[in-house]
Amino acid sequence: MKIRLLFFAVLRDIVGKSEADVEVPDGTRAADLWQSLRAEHAQLAAYAQPMTAVNESYVRADSPLRDGDEVAFIPPVAGG
Amino acid sequence: MSYLTDDPIDTAALVRRLLRRSDGALVVFEGVVRDHSEGKAVESIFYDAYRPMAEKEIGAIVDGVRGEWPDVAVDCLHRLGHLVVGETSIAIACVSPHRAEAFAACRAVIDRIKQTVPIWKKERTPDGEEWVGWQHQC
Repeated sequence: MKIRLLFFAVLRDIVGKSEADVEVPDGTRAADLWQSLRAEHAQLAAYAQPMTAVNESYVRADSPLRDGDEVAFIPPVAGG
Repeated sequence: MSYLTDDPIDTAALVRRLLRRSDGALVVFEGVVRDHSEGKAVESIFYDAYRPMAEKEIGAIVDGVRGEWPDVAVDCLHRLGHLVVGETSIAIACVSPHRAEAFAACRAVIDRIKQTVPIWKKERTPDGEEWVGWQHQC
């Protein structure tokens, strides 16, 4: 299935892009995508698993993804 | 109706749109860019957001507060982009017939926005630029 990944703030700086389309096996969870990112980008090893949003809503990191989902890892927020 | 703007915030206009003849209390909170953070001088802040989700999250917070304090009318506006010291990053206005509800609602809105809304800030200091937040969780 195809997943769109969005990157913001410090994550966008580390990954070097604001979005990416990835092809992943059925049953992939957001937490699996985070592990893949950590494997690709050594800098992420220092960071705790961030909050996860799927299709603009917060979800548990172990929620299964569906084809076409838009996934964003949300670094600690600092609005206000 | 958007809760995010790229332009300077006109708090007076926000209040004018909100105030009803039945209101006896107006509470405004503004978040302002300060010149220091954890011992370092801050020159400016860049605010970034996951815009569609931030709109939804602020909308949910505002709706929740309206539900909890039915006599209160509330609105808010968060600015994004590059802000210098002294500029307003967020304005929240709450009006109600009596003050207690307006104070409580206004406090609730800013506290909740700081917890969940996907907005981030990058501080520019004499040493360079740094995103705020994650370094404390390592």
